[in-house]
Amino acid sequence: MSDQSAVIEDIREFLGQFVSDPSVPVDQDLFGSGLVNSLFAMQLVLHIEAEYGIAVSNDDLDLDNFRSLQAIAGFVGRKRGD
Amino acid sequence: MSEHIKCVVWDLDDTLWHGTLAEDGQVVVRQEVVTIIEQLDRRGILHSIASRNSHDHAMNRLREAGLEKFFLYPQINWGSKSESLAEIAKHLNVGLDTFAFVDDQAFERDEVRFNHPMVSCFDALDASALETVASIQPRFITQDSAHRREMYQSDAHRNQLEERFSGPKEEFLASLGLKFKVANATEDDLRRAEELTVRTNQLNTTGLTFSFDELKSFISAPDRLFLVASLDDRYGTYGKIGLALIVLEDEVWRIQLLLMSCRVMARGVGNVLINLIRQKAKDAGVRLEAEFIETNRNRMMYMTYKFNGFSESIKNGDHLLLDGSLEDIQSPPSYIELDAKNIRIPVTG
Repeated sequence: MSDQSAVIEDIREFLGQFVSDPSVPVDQDLFGSGLVNSLFAMQLVLHIEAEYGIAVSNDDLDLDNFRSLQAIAGFVGRKRGD
Repeated sequence: MSEHIKCVVWDLDDTLWHGTLAEDGQVVVRQEVVTIIEQLDRRGILHSIASRNSHDHAMNRLREAGLEKFFLYPQINWGSKSESLAEIAKHLNVGLDTFAFVDDQAFERDEVRFNHPMVSCFDALDASALETVASIQPRFITQDSAHRREMYQSDAHRNQLEERFSGPKEEFLASLGLKFKVANATEDDLRRAEELTVRTNQLNTTGLTFSFDELKSFISAPDRLFLVASLDDRYGTYGKIGLALIVLEDEVWRIQLLLMSCRVMARGVGNVLINLIRQKAKDAGVRLEAEFIETNRNRMMYMTYKFNGFSESIKNGDHLLLDGSLEDIQSPPSYIELDAKNIRIPVTG
């Protein structure tokens, strides 16, 4: 669990490079709420791959995997196999 | 060497000029090299420098000779030339397979070749032959190619501003005042369109190329929508930077080719163009599909489709057919002003 919150904090920091207020609830739909767009999603994928050394496959490229901070952390956790 | 050369990287000592700056103090610029640089520059070929020298000393000499303006992201340092080339490629955002490197030292050429086998290396003695190298001859020169260096220089200026900008990217993008215009292609756009299909590898969904005559026929074809996109901001124009070719059938539109110049990768306009096409398809009451041909370099475009409502429906080796949802179409981000009011949809059937 602590691992997941560390990922959430890292992604929140990354989000802060894009938007002025990244202090959103962990389950907020980042795209649906208009906070970020698909450009962010693409940069996020590159960030996750570099930061966590995971390979995001074509099948993983589904917005649902990246929709909220919680979803992103869950996805990273699954890919890391923990 | 099938790729087209987009950038020539020059050594300085005994290549751009006679002699060694650090030892001889005064060096004489080789006029025949300057002539080639000027000629290639007019054709839209970019130039840079990889030299082991004192940066300020060498830049002063280039400034005196009036040559400074030709070189983008010059690398004058004591590191290896292969690292310098990688640095230039990173800044320009173009692949090293589109680079030529000119140096009088066989050792330096070998070092570059060893680390980057895709770079075309030339001896400084053969510099005048560069002009006739086939891969460096564009078939024609467009308005965009003649201004390419200036456009990259504006980019360099923007990049500096972006690095210095401490706030979030969104605020930086908002400060640019981006204007993205999409319109039907006209005859004036054809050469640039052909150039884009040849030059663009990374942000290209299928890599399909078409002859000038084919492209011309698409302008008036009743079953084609051929769009050209341009981008401007307060620092100047990025030129015509994108195009989309869509096959129109009665019940379905199929995006055959969609590409964006890699200079605009970080501006998010590819997403805007795809969503504009989705909206137009929705308005026309048709389904939307997109062809995709995977290469090892166009993953960003695959992501652009996937994150904008497309999913794979048919996969045949590298060839994919994507199905586009017409629900939840993202409107352009607030930092981009979209002008698509002049798009005319041909009447099919």
